[in-house]
Amino acid sequence: MKIRNTGRDEETIGLQMTSMIDIVFLLLVFFVMTFKIIAPEGDFNVKMPAQAAQGTPDPTAMPPIKIRITAAENGRVAGIKFADVPVSNLAELRTKVREVVGDHPGPGSLESTEIEFDCDYNLRYEYVIQAMTAVSGYVQDGQVVKLVEKIKFTPPRKQL
Amino acid sequence: MTPMIDMVFQLIAFFMVLVNFTEADQNQRIRLPSSELAKPPDAPLDSPITIHLTSKGTAIMGPNEVPIQDLTRLLTVEYQVLVRKSEGLASQATIIIRGDLDAQFGLIQEIMQICQNVGFEKFALRAKQQEALSRGISRT
Repeated sequence: MKIRNTGRDEETIGLQMTSMIDIVFLLLVFFVMTFKIIAPEGDFNVKMPAQAAQGTPDPTAMPPIKIRITAAENGRVAGIKFADVPVSNLAELRTKVREVVGDHPGPGSLESTEIEFDCDYNLRYEYVIQAMTAVSGYVQDGQVVKLVEKIKFTPPRKQL
Repeated sequence: MTPMIDMVFQLIAFFMVLVNFTEADQNQRIRLPSSELAKPPDAPLDSPITIHLTSKGTAIMGPNEVPIQDLTRLLTVEYQVLVRKSEGLASQATIIIRGDLDAQFGLIQEIMQICQNVGFEKFALRAKQQEALSRGISRT
């Protein structure tokens, strides 16, 4: 018996494109919606053991250099003192730090120098980060030159 | 049809690769101060604990927004969990402080003091990475 299948052979079996495109566009919309440009974030590392645990300080270690930052009423920087010597701005502070630690290559006093920040209570956090940036290094020709890595803070001053 | 599907899949792949699900520790209410030296860490930190400090002076830790004094309770719980997991882990844990740029610095110091009293001693002050303005292109 002859089986008639005339006309069936010409039909091409295609993928079900419509439903796939539906899903694919849904995925695309989802990822476009959740896309958010976030600036990369970095850290300043501060190692500060509790005061009681410090015990007797190492006699060979140099005492930390004190940087005193006073704040005006509105939280802005009123004055900076580098080891009791007033400096006018952060660029000058960085120059002072570079004089002390000596940023020439090779072994220097980089590792041993420690800086202690003593800031007013109402100083804005932004300026503290700027000051930490100034003392912890600078960018030269796209390369980061490190200055001081050991940074600590005094206990908070009483709020006036 | 084929070129369109090619393009659409390219787009999906692009957005999938860039999607960022690590927003749990990035609170959008905090405007971080920016610094040209703030480089993302090379290796993930050891058992990090993130504390946000808002410009209003409250601290956000996990889902809780609490006054700073209440951090002692939350941090003590965290510390005990870490001690139970491993003895050395607790003192090595890093406290990530994401302070708002408008916050008073004294509050940051108070948070650090509270953490010290609980037993933590490593801190990371988080800042937004900022290109050096003068020579932004030459960075590799």
